[in-house]
Amino acid sequence: MLKIINLQAKVGEKEILKGIDLEVKAGEVHAIMGPNGSGKSTLAQVLAGREIYEVTGGQVLFEGRDLLEMAPEERAVEGVFLAFQYPVEIPGVSNPYFLRAALNSVRKHRGLPEVDAFDFTELAKQKMKLLEMDEALMKRNVNAGFSGGEKKRNEILQLALLEPKLAVLDETDSGLDIDALKAVSRGVNALRSPERAFLVVTHYQRLLNHIVPDFVHVMANGRIVRSGDKSLALELEQKGYAEMDELAVSELVR
Amino acid sequence: MSSTTEIAALANQEYKYGFYTDIEVDAVPPGLNEDVIRTISAKKGEPEFMLEWRLKAYRHWLTMKEPTWANVRYPPIDYQKVVYYSSPKTAKNGPKSLDEVDPKLLETYEKLGIPLREQQKLAGVAVDAVFDSVSVATTFRGRLKELGIIFCSFSEAVQEHPELVEKYLGSVVPYTDNFFATLNSAVFSDGSFCYVPKGVRCPMELSTYFRINAKDTGQFERTLIIAEEGSYVSYLEGCTAPIRDSNQLHAAVVELVALDNAQIKYSTVQNWYPGDKEGRGGIYNFVTKRGKCQGVNSKISWTQLETGSAITWKYPSCLLMGDNSVGEFYSVAVTNNRQQADTGTKMIHIGKNTKSTIVSKGISAGHGQNTYRGMVKILKGAEGARNFSQCDSLLIGDQCGAHTFPYLEVRNSTAQVEHEATTSKIGEDQIFYCKQRGMTAEDAVSMIVNGFCKEVFRELPMEFAVEAQKLLGISLEGSVG
Repeated sequence: MLKIINLQAKVGEKEILKGIDLEVKAGEVHAIMGPNGSGKSTLAQVLAGREIYEVTGGQVLFEGRDLLEMAPEERAVEGVFLAFQYPVEIPGVSNPYFLRAALNSVRKHRGLPEVDAFDFTELAKQKMKLLEMDEALMKRNVNAGFSGGEKKRNEILQLALLEPKLAVLDETDSGLDIDALKAVSRGVNALRSPERAFLVVTHYQRLLNHIVPDFVHVMANGRIVRSGDKSLALELEQKGYAEMDELAVSELVR
Repeated sequence: MSSTTEIAALANQEYKYGFYTDIEVDAVPPGLNEDVIRTISAKKGEPEFMLEWRLKAYRHWLTMKEPTWANVRYPPIDYQKVVYYSSPKTAKNGPKSLDEVDPKLLETYEKLGIPLREQQKLAGVAVDAVFDSVSVATTFRGRLKELGIIFCSFSEAVQEHPELVEKYLGSVVPYTDNFFATLNSAVFSDGSFCYVPKGVRCPMELSTYFRINAKDTGQFERTLIIAEEGSYVSYLEGCTAPIRDSNQLHAAVVELVALDNAQIKYSTVQNWYPGDKEGRGGIYNFVTKRGKCQGVNSKISWTQLETGSAITWKYPSCLLMGDNSVGEFYSVAVTNNRQQADTGTKMIHIGKNTKSTIVSKGISAGHGQNTYRGMVKILKGAEGARNFSQCDSLLIGDQCGAHTFPYLEVRNSTAQVEHEATTSKIGEDQIFYCKQRGMTAEDAVSMIVNGFCKEVFRELPMEFAVEAQKLLGISLEGSVG
């Protein structure tokens, strides 16, 4: 589904991704771990098409198509979803209106009829139950004044509504208490399917207790320095990132 | 003459003489002096009191200076070069065909789904009179007449109801009021007149669209609406399509009078030609609008969407004279490219327990400059008066400007006055967030802008609100990315 080949990117003059190779197949869950500044969030943003990052080399294929040639909104309707690390507030725009507009953009692209406000309310209610979300959030504006946990749940709600092919979760666990973490994980797990792939970017192992990955990759200094199965995450927790940094350095020297 | 045959006669007249009449009209040379005013008055066959009023206004105007306090910039206007009596959409001044019209404007018509014939009319292309609305107008007029509602052109009102015109003309905006209103008083060509008798609730939204000769009212328009005791009327002004007009200077006056327990709702969608991207052409819209809540428990609300004109200078106001009277002002003003708007309201609290609400939303994009200027004045006798004002500005891009000038004058210690103001900017992160959810940048801006404006759009009559949203989207096209 997703094939990343020697991807390099910079912001301003600063090189952040220095050659990423990664293949994700449908149905798989890949975790990307790494210390702050290793480039894991940048990778997530580049996949979504954030304009401030300049791709300087490499290739990304999404279902065989050149993803980097596609506009951000095109990637979205084609089925690439990014759950933001810092979900954006849009004062004045009601949350249900926004969610429905997003859903209808995707449905339109898929050749499906638009969902009206009544059907949408029903649909959203079901999904919110799964995430244990307070229905009051549907009476408010997009993320405006939401707590950290509410914002993250709102992201997963969008994931559940939009049903993308590839979901990139950028530090979805940051700022969540244990109850919220469980609710969010339950939401994500319910969406796991043979047709859908996940790229879970996280700093901590604890999220992976709840969303169990098929593969774990460790990033350091703009590269993937190790890959393995879920046991790698546990190893990492014991040893910490410092050792990985050394690994990265040794790789550079070599 | 019944109104049906009258309209038919008017329509025929236009059809038959459309082209030649225009040339005859053009015989009034540019420039302004007492002879021109006498000619205008004579051409309209006005009674003596009208001519006297016009002349008084003109003499007063000569002593006045053009105001310079507004936050707008434009080259000086030579008032002696203006043609004061002519149909604005003449064959002579206007483009000969749609080929001569700004292609951007035509694109907009396409997007609004306006039929070709209507496009030609709006763009001011000389076509034979369009009669499509004649039958509609006739039907509506008949129904209104049964209820005793008078709804006609100002000229007709002068002929047929001179006593009403004489009583109320200038009673809200006196001929001495301000430079542009005074000029209008001297030279106004036509406009709308509406009278709703005691206890009558007007059953439909009144709109200039349904008045056959609305298209000739152009440059110096004058509107007078009188709501008698316990009556109600909702009036829609304007058109959601941009009107291309060869006249640059527009100075209209609107006067509203609400007597005891009467209510007037006045909605405007103004989308005159804003000029091209570099700011060439475009209308100067210098308007004086004022409503008088003369009776107890009366209410006047102004709702406006201002997206057009190169320059907008407009402050729809309320004089709250009757005890418990209510004034409202809901406004969305958009400036894109090189447009400038200085708009707001005045709420003058005179009676006891008078209330006013101001909700102003300014949107600036491109190099647009948007100014809110509002005054809340609570006079000594206005025991228990209350005002709530909210002024929000939204910026799109970093070349535009938003300015807010609220003036408060409170002379009664029992009054409560609240003022809230915010300024926000549509951020790159918001746009990206929306794009990541599958929306285009333009959809995103339109959604954010509509969210920003919804408190005002809620006040518009339903079908108008839908068009307003659409129009807003078009006005802001190309303002991002």
